[in-house]
Amino acid sequence: MLHFSRWKILSILAVCLLSILYALPNFLSAGALANLPSWWPKQSLSLGLDLKGGSYLLLEANVDQLKKEWYDQIEDDVRTRLRKARVQYTGLGQAADGVRVRISKAEDIEKAKTELNGMIQPLQGSFFTGQSANNLDIQSAADGSFTITPTTPALTERLSNGMASLISVLGQRINALGTTEPTIVRQGADRIVVQVPGLDNPERLKEIIGRTAKLSFHEVDQSKTIEDAEATGVPPGSKIFAMERDDKDAKLPKGKILLKVAPVVSGEDLVDAQPSFDSQTNEPVVSFRFNTSGARRFGNYTQVNVGRPFAIVLDDLVISAPQIREAILGGSGQISGNFAVQEATDLSISLRSGALPISLEVKEERSVGPSLGQDSISSGLVAGLIGGIGTAGLTMLVYGLFGAFAVLALLLNGLLLIAIMSGVQATLTLPGIAGIVLTIGMAVDSNVLIYERIREELRSGKTAISAIEAGFNRAIITIADSQLTTLAAAIVMFWLGSGPIRGFAVTLSIGVITSVFTAVTVTRLIVALWLRRARAKQRNIEVPI
Amino acid sequence: MIWKGWDFFPHGTHIDFMKYKGLCLAASIIAMAIALALFFVPGLNYGIDFKGGTLIEIGSKSGPINIGDIRSKVSGLGLGDVQVQEFGRPEDVMIRVEAQPGGDKAQLEVAAKIKQVLGDSVVYRRQEVVGPAVSEELRTTGILAVLVSILAICAYVWFRFEWQFAAGVVVALVHDVLLTIGVFAITQMEFDLSVVAALLTIVGYSVNDSVVVSDRIRENLRKYKKMPLSELLNVSVNETLSRTILTGGATIFVLLCLLFLGGAVIFPFTFAILFGIIVGTYSSIFVAAPVLDYFNVKRDWASGGGKPKGQAAPSV
Repeated sequence: MLHFSRWKILSILAVCLLSILYALPNFLSAGALANLPSWWPKQSLSLGLDLKGGSYLLLEANVDQLKKEWYDQIEDDVRTRLRKARVQYTGLGQAADGVRVRISKAEDIEKAKTELNGMIQPLQGSFFTGQSANNLDIQSAADGSFTITPTTPALTERLSNGMASLISVLGQRINALGTTEPTIVRQGADRIVVQVPGLDNPERLKEIIGRTAKLSFHEVDQSKTIEDAEATGVPPGSKIFAMERDDKDAKLPKGKILLKVAPVVSGEDLVDAQPSFDSQTNEPVVSFRFNTSGARRFGNYTQVNVGRPFAIVLDDLVISAPQIREAILGGSGQISGNFAVQEATDLSISLRSGALPISLEVKEERSVGPSLGQDSISSGLVAGLIGGIGTAGLTMLVYGLFGAFAVLALLLNGLLLIAIMSGVQATLTLPGIAGIVLTIGMAVDSNVLIYERIREELRSGKTAISAIEAGFNRAIITIADSQLTTLAAAIVMFWLGSGPIRGFAVTLSIGVITSVFTAVTVTRLIVALWLRRARAKQRNIEVPI
Repeated sequence: MIWKGWDFFPHGTHIDFMKYKGLCLAASIIAMAIALALFFVPGLNYGIDFKGGTLIEIGSKSGPINIGDIRSKVSGLGLGDVQVQEFGRPEDVMIRVEAQPGGDKAQLEVAAKIKQVLGDSVVYRRQEVVGPAVSEELRTTGILAVLVSILAICAYVWFRFEWQFAAGVVVALVHDVLLTIGVFAITQMEFDLSVVAALLTIVGYSVNDSVVVSDRIRENLRKYKKMPLSELLNVSVNETLSRTILTGGATIFVLLCLLFLGGAVIFPFTFAILFGIIVGTYSSIFVAAPVLDYFNVKRDWASGGGKPKGQAAPSV
């Protein structure tokens, strides 16, 4: 047990060298880091948001809204198809399980069935499973009623696509804020985790990523007043919208406005949006530019409707309803809505990136300011240093020279831990620092177990060498048992935990592994080397313990 | 000249731990019952992780902060139950607002409203918002995590030792976790996600401790075939006593450093681990070992199948 072959010694030394190599960038300034040769690994510890400051947001996509929009689409489709085929129907509408419609005449049912079946399309199913699924499932009943339901695989596919484009839209918006290294990751079916380091205004982040930014331009329906529409019913193809702000210009009734549902131009036709100032009033506005087809439609519409009001709708709220003074032919314009400067900037960021395909809700937020993060790092360092020095002192006091060996192993343990965390870029969080400090205590435990065992064997009258050998042999089993259970707890933590807890679990797991390596293998090597020298010098070895 | 260690700890002690086993077990059972009762009444002071709500930590730009002033400003907002308290040092204040009725939207507006009334006069150090759906999930996974880890460890100990050992270890684990929860109920210290992580760490450490003692008991069961069980348990605990105290001492020292120097954010976390490790050390001696006595661990398993079960390392 105390014999080490040459290659074993070499590989332990190699591990030590590698750990120095990987840990070193953490102790160097940026300038010194740049001077290192190019093969040197330059990653330093990746700090969690609770240490470097920043925002963590858990967002959930509104799946119900996604479903609702699809139902709307199906309903439209059913209406057009049945009208085209001149099939009379009643009760077209949505239920929880899909869109329902009832064919009025029995002789039309077959025709309707063919027409509706035309809506069914195969999904681009998985190539490997070879399963073919359709997008819709159509059920018909004897009384001539049909239920059209999106299939589960189709919903999943739509959600997946939506999530993918959500992530790209969010990426554009967050990058526009000019922050470094944001991470945007999908979690589960309908959630997204956004982590933005170093941002000290979480309110603004939420404002920018939470806004759907669905922009559209609508014709104002002037065939009825709001009071009329509310009393006698909204004209077909129109809808009552809420006004976000009162508009002095158009002298429209406050609060509500009747608009045609079909937009003249929508946000999809926008190619650019920038914050700017109105040349006359000098108030902040958002200037936008349409693509060619959008510009043409907008131009045509404004040409014909000079003198009439039109409305700009953002996320189902009318933000402005100006009168068309002259035809707008250039394809660009501006939105005014009593914005503050930052509001105008943020709105243009959201508009430029395009609307969110699914609306989002913030379910959880954790933001840490840079000052608190800095404080946490320094207090963690102080606690770790004092704890480490105290433990080292105690170990050397109790175990003498062998204690010093253990301290050497402890130092290497720290280095190894930092090296592995830097190398695999595991995130160090505040509880993670506590995990490291705790590992110091645990690492000492392994050495205590070994040394106490050696003392015991010595007391029972064994010679130095056999006592040391027995001490290591017997203690290793206990160490393995006790550390494996700690590892089990850490794995459970990682499996179930989130954020900072995971950071703690990762640090603890790595710490358990490195501490077993250093306390058992490295200490044993040092003791073996010492023993070899001592044996050469004298016959009766006294164990310095 | 050789640098020798100071072997200050008396060896060959013959403290009769098992003499008090009835008393200790009774005390532990009563303590566990009290802790369980405290868990229900008055209950834990759950942090926003588990009941939803908003937490904002602010710091003054210069000098101690006027808590009364902040309290009156924030409570004027009509946000329901609002707690304003000093956090760690006189410059810092923590504001906690209960979960708002009206879904996630209302939840998110709390921080903005508070920032509006407090303005730029303070530094915003931390802000956490947990919605109702997430807090419920965290609650479930938190309970699950503690249960699963206890079960996993129980399975491991059962696999490595006899079932009596597993029973002893589990009783000790439940004891440590329950008492820690009880202390949080008494002190009304905030019980959040990090405290659950602390509970899991306690589970890990406590089992570590119990395993060391169990390991020695198993070894001695093989060594002293004729010794009465109660005496054998005593010998085993006495033999490992120096290790228990040294390791426990080192770990407790390190944790005290963290507790007093590590900052207010992780105070509940460190406190939980510290307390858990103290009761964990106690329970591995006074709970896990006596349970073995009561279950009357089998003595013949070393000779039963010819070969000893479990590890077969020779006791040199």
